[in-house]
Amino acid sequence: MSLLSVETTALIDWSRAQFAITAMYHWLFVPLTLGLSLIVAVMETIYVRTNDEFWKRTTQFWMKLFGINFAIGVATGIILEFQFGTNWSNYSWFVGDIFGAPLAIEGILAFFMESTFVAVMFFGWDKVSKKFHCASSWLTAIGASISAWWILVANSWMQHPVGMTFNPDTARNEMMDFFHVAFQPFAVFKFFHSVLSGWMTGAAFVIAIACWFLLRNRERRFALASIRIAAIVGLIGTIGVAGSGDQSGVLVAKYQPMKLAAAEGLQDGGKGAAFSVIPGVEIPKVLSILATHDAEGMVPGYKQILEGYTDNDGNTHASVAEKIANGKKALEAFRLYRELRDTDPAQAAVHRKVLDENVQFLGYGYLNAPEDLIPNSGLVYWCFRLMVYAGGALLLMFALMWWFERKGKLPEMRSLLYVGLWSLLLVYLAGQAGWIVAEVGRQPWAIQDLLPVNAAISSLSVEAVQTTFFLFVALFTIMLIAEVRILCNAIKKGPAGEPIEA
Amino acid sequence: MTYEMLQQYWWVLIAVLGGLLVFLFFVQGANSLIFRLGRDEAEREMIVNATGRKWELTFTTLVVFGGAFFASFPLFYSTSFGGAYWVWMLLLFTFVLQAVSYEFQSKAGNLIGKKTFRIFLVINGIAAPFLVGAAVATFFTGSEFIVDKSNVSLAEAGVISRWANDWHGLDALFNVWNWVLGFAVLFLSRVLGSLFLLNNVNEESFRLQLRHQVLVDTVPFLLFFLAFVGFVLTKDGFAVDATGKVSMEAYKYLHNLLALPVALVSFLVGVVLVLWGILGTILKATFHKGFWFAGIGSVLTVIAIFFLVGYNGTSYYPSTADLQSSLTIQNSSSTEFTLTVMSYVSLLIPFVLAYIAYVWRALSRDITKKELAETDHKY
Repeated sequence: MSLLSVETTALIDWSRAQFAITAMYHWLFVPLTLGLSLIVAVMETIYVRTNDEFWKRTTQFWMKLFGINFAIGVATGIILEFQFGTNWSNYSWFVGDIFGAPLAIEGILAFFMESTFVAVMFFGWDKVSKKFHCASSWLTAIGASISAWWILVANSWMQHPVGMTFNPDTARNEMMDFFHVAFQPFAVFKFFHSVLSGWMTGAAFVIAIACWFLLRNRERRFALASIRIAAIVGLIGTIGVAGSGDQSGVLVAKYQPMKLAAAEGLQDGGKGAAFSVIPGVEIPKVLSILATHDAEGMVPGYKQILEGYTDNDGNTHASVAEKIANGKKALEAFRLYRELRDTDPAQAAVHRKVLDENVQFLGYGYLNAPEDLIPNSGLVYWCFRLMVYAGGALLLMFALMWWFERKGKLPEMRSLLYVGLWSLLLVYLAGQAGWIVAEVGRQPWAIQDLLPVNAAISSLSVEAVQTTFFLFVALFTIMLIAEVRILCNAIKKGPAGEPIEA
Repeated sequence: MTYEMLQQYWWVLIAVLGGLLVFLFFVQGANSLIFRLGRDEAEREMIVNATGRKWELTFTTLVVFGGAFFASFPLFYSTSFGGAYWVWMLLLFTFVLQAVSYEFQSKAGNLIGKKTFRIFLVINGIAAPFLVGAAVATFFTGSEFIVDKSNVSLAEAGVISRWANDWHGLDALFNVWNWVLGFAVLFLSRVLGSLFLLNNVNEESFRLQLRHQVLVDTVPFLLFFLAFVGFVLTKDGFAVDATGKVSMEAYKYLHNLLALPVALVSFLVGVVLVLWGILGTILKATFHKGFWFAGIGSVLTVIAIFFLVGYNGTSYYPSTADLQSSLTIQNSSSTEFTLTVMSYVSLLIPFVLAYIAYVWRALSRDITKKELAETDHKY
């Protein structure tokens, strides 16, 4: 049964679209959960330490907004997990031995922690002690980050598969080294990059709303206190995102050079490569510095990757055409080995040897032409710039907010307050753009160099996936509109009770 | 532990998670009764707020159940989720609806109104237990799928597991016995829901109604449950020999029940506890702890059902389209290495259960109309 014979292209596209739309909606809600849970926990800690009712009121306001957002993150998350099975069933078997583990660990370690203690956050104010309640807020925030760790371990493994070996007898990849999978540098930097971008989102959210209150001359003490904390969280988050992004860039250059080439629109690379600020404006050497931390470092473009090149460590990379040819050889040997292993063990052993010699190219065997390896360059190029430039602008915004709040001048600086308000849009655009770079940039691979998307999907009709796609779009969109309206209503109402001034 | 023991250990964990999931369906069961039991807004609010403090546990258990199945038996994840597409998608849709309905229903600006969100809760309350029950019934009745791992060796990659018809899971509805277990789980969840409310809501006139509802749902539950048990114990089952070959065996599940003392004891104790919880509640007006008896009994009964279908040389996910494609805990599991790693992780489960129990206790306080009128955070 060949997949490509049954409307494969449309099926791949719709399956990808469904996963993408779910992931993009998920990433509207999750970063706010990550960031706001931390800010709420910090505020509640101040309340517990000072016993000042002002901080309780402040904490409860932000906690209310946190609660409105939290459930949709959970709802979109469950769809993502199950879609690996429903729409990517080949994937689920081919790498399930490795990929399933972090998902299960996420559930056992993180989801129960989050769901148990979030109930204390919402319902425990008059049922448990102040300290227990505060600890629950922290445990919810920590649970959210632990959850992020394991799901990003899973995602990082798709970007850079390690710690496994291919077993032709079971027709799958099998885990050999759990710690390599769970703690590889890709996962570490991705975790910090993603979670700290969540801090940025939470901080920008708090600042935007606080600025709105200041522009309306409402809740002055509450707004300034919120900005003080959020600006610090935002600054730490942005600096951390930049640092982890820099390290991630080096890893991408090393293990996913095509993604980097697409992000730069780099047709012809080489040593001392220039960074493209926008099309037509370049800064010499900067791309090499960013990608290799060496001004003369080698950064391959499409041409080098397709035709073969030698990297900075002196490793030779074969041309893609050769990799595809070797991949086809591996696949054929894999097929013959399985066919003959019971009836002709001697001949099967010969094919097994060929497979073992070419197994690193197995994934390439599912590709048909070298050009299949080039992702959508325009999309990746512009999203990368949007992410980086928006990150820079947000760093400046957080710094200005922190500085002028400290100086006591912020309420009078209406232009800056408007900047703070509209920065919210920027932080969401940056987050979405970042994931587009990460995921579109590695196409056509579901798992880098191991399994392309065309070999990962389920055997379904295009109509079935189209139907569920549009149902998800409708459902998520209604949920998003409802959430935004509810948030706006809750914000307009402001913190409960009368304002408490210093 | 040997590889075989690890596989069996993970089947125990799957069984326990499945049992806990059915127990936690009390949330769905109670929600399915929002409009039936709630005579006025105050009563409907009590139901929603009672389940609203627990819904995330059910939701999380479903997610972990999926994750644990993926990690330990990935071929099931691949075959069932990718094949019986519509069953799982319908289940997921209703859970998404549920997840937002609690927080949004009473908030200003929620776009579609309180009643619509509550209808979503009712839809999830009916559909989720029914679909899960029907899906588990296919463990005994079989599904139409074909597994061929060699497909992945084709240059234009073929799919390892394919559904053998175009219904993609909806074909489960063509077998009446899948309906029977679906209804049994649905009515059990409603019984558990009423028992949970009895245990948590302290309003006397409402409690009277709940007792009546327990009786109303117990009758169909027992009819459907006993019918399914009778069917299972008398039907031919999917037996697996030492070489992994699958064949039909008369009275296979009855044989399993007799050959597996743990399953037999778990089943009998489970059923007795469920009946104890129900009858105690119906017969004694001051007995409010029936929820715990029936809940623990449900867990034990479901565990026994999983044992019957997974152990003693049995295919737990049989294919009626190609008998040799049937899944067993041996041919569908992760490697020894992965199961070992995951087994270490599973040692944390008692700690997780302990803090859940601690928080459950810390937050437990009878819900009354007065309490809800005074509380800040309510749905």
